[in-house]
Amino acid sequence: MQTGRLVLGLLAEIGRVALFTKDALFQGLMPPLFLRQTGDQLLRIGYFSLPVVGLTAFFTGGVLALQIYIGGSRFNAESLVSSIVALGITRELGPVLAGLMVAGRVAAAIAAELGTMRVTEQIDALVTLSTNPFKYLVGPRLIAAVIALPLLVVVADTIGIMGGYIVGTRSLGFNSAAYLKNTVDFLEPHDVTSGLIKSAVFGFIIALMGCYHGFNSKGGAQGVGRATTNAVVSASILILAANYVMTSLLFNE
Amino acid sequence: MTEAHIELRDVRKAFGPKSVLNGIDIAVPRSHSLVVIGGSGTGKSVMLKCILGIVRPDSGSIRIGGEEVVGLSGGQRDKVLSRFGMLFQGAALFDSLPVWQNVAFGLIQGKKMRRREAKEIAITKLGQVGLGPEVGELFPAELSGGMQKRVGLARAIAADPEIIFFDEPTTGLDPIMADVINDLIVDCVKRLGATTISITHDMASARKIADDIAMIYKGRIIWQGKAADVDDSGNPYVEQFIHGSAQGPIQMEVLRP
Repeated sequence: MQTGRLVLGLLAEIGRVALFTKDALFQGLMPPLFLRQTGDQLLRIGYFSLPVVGLTAFFTGGVLALQIYIGGSRFNAESLVSSIVALGITRELGPVLAGLMVAGRVAAAIAAELGTMRVTEQIDALVTLSTNPFKYLVGPRLIAAVIALPLLVVVADTIGIMGGYIVGTRSLGFNSAAYLKNTVDFLEPHDVTSGLIKSAVFGFIIALMGCYHGFNSKGGAQGVGRATTNAVVSASILILAANYVMTSLLFNE
Repeated sequence: MTEAHIELRDVRKAFGPKSVLNGIDIAVPRSHSLVVIGGSGTGKSVMLKCILGIVRPDSGSIRIGGEEVVGLSGGQRDKVLSRFGMLFQGAALFDSLPVWQNVAFGLIQGKKMRRREAKEIAITKLGQVGLGPEVGELFPAELSGGMQKRVGLARAIAADPEIIFFDEPTTGLDPIMADVINDLIVDCVKRLGATTISITHDMASARKIADDIAMIYKGRIIWQGKAADVDDSGNPYVEQFIHGSAQGPIQMEVLRP
């Protein structure tokens, strides 16, 4: 009985998200676009996420170098540190950690903002002013997030590898030139591009979940709070699930 | 009999098991002002949202100027909506934009007017609701409740709509400010010659702005007549409502000890 209700609830939720996605794509992304709003969101989602993404990447690169050194020394394979840091950051940790950090920052902010607009009838007001809320609110956020995330990941990849380099050369005693040469030699373009493709999808998930939960928030402050939590949780879980699916597809060859 | 500007026929809407509108029938002639009174939770707001197309009714017909609007989508609906203005209960101003951009929003985003031109119109409209041009540069959060309502009114009339909805225009205001808003509503509506539907539970406001009054109860219109006749309606529900008495046919669901 209980299980049946849960399954039905889950299916209904999936249906609602699918319908929302349809409206977001077919209404939100159709021209004419709101370029001013898109630029504004690009700044908020991309530029202002730089510190948190950069710091995350830096420490992750550093700790990765330490762990691989410790693990590698058991097989006399310490020399692999630089290439494994580069692979790990570009293929997995750069996109996923940037995605998760931005999910926490941006999905929450979008859900809170749109949720407040919903409960104070500002979204209804848009409709009465001949402005489609999907076009004005959802479209710019989706576009901005899909553009911003890959750019953030380029930065995260660079800073992450640099974090590994600093730890490797300063405390693990690697030769600076050899470390860099190993990094460049082992890295293939596909390692970086696959991470960037993933991150664009993560950007879409983040903006979509923020907008979906914001649009559907009910009640007052508590409803907006719940929408914010749900946006972050669902965006994070979907990022991790999508990451697995995409990894198995992208690295299949 | 003049042709109705807004006509609802047997409009029904349920949210899950809870039916909110149980067959609303109502007609508003052009340039008339209808005030819908009724307690909280009787379906007043949902009715307005059905007409605007924000909520889709389960069944029934809604005609604006003879044109069926239920089920319209995309461009056609935008076209119908461009004839509407609405003042929301909490004013619903966009808090990220300064006041003048709020007022000019429909002109800039909806009608693609140039910003400079739209700003001039916004300042004129602010003047019509008794606010100076300096208010235009402030943000909504810096205004008092009464001023926000007035900005909301200026925004509702900015595009010279032919139909204006007022959702509880005087709720939450002191009696003097409420009367100022009522005067402004009467004034603005006359100037535009617009057809209006207002929902309220403030009888003073209803008497002042209404040509006709309708009472909604449990998702149905139970009485409709001229504003002057509301005191001798002979309808026990209306009598109870306008006298604000707890005793009568309308029983609030309040547990008594």
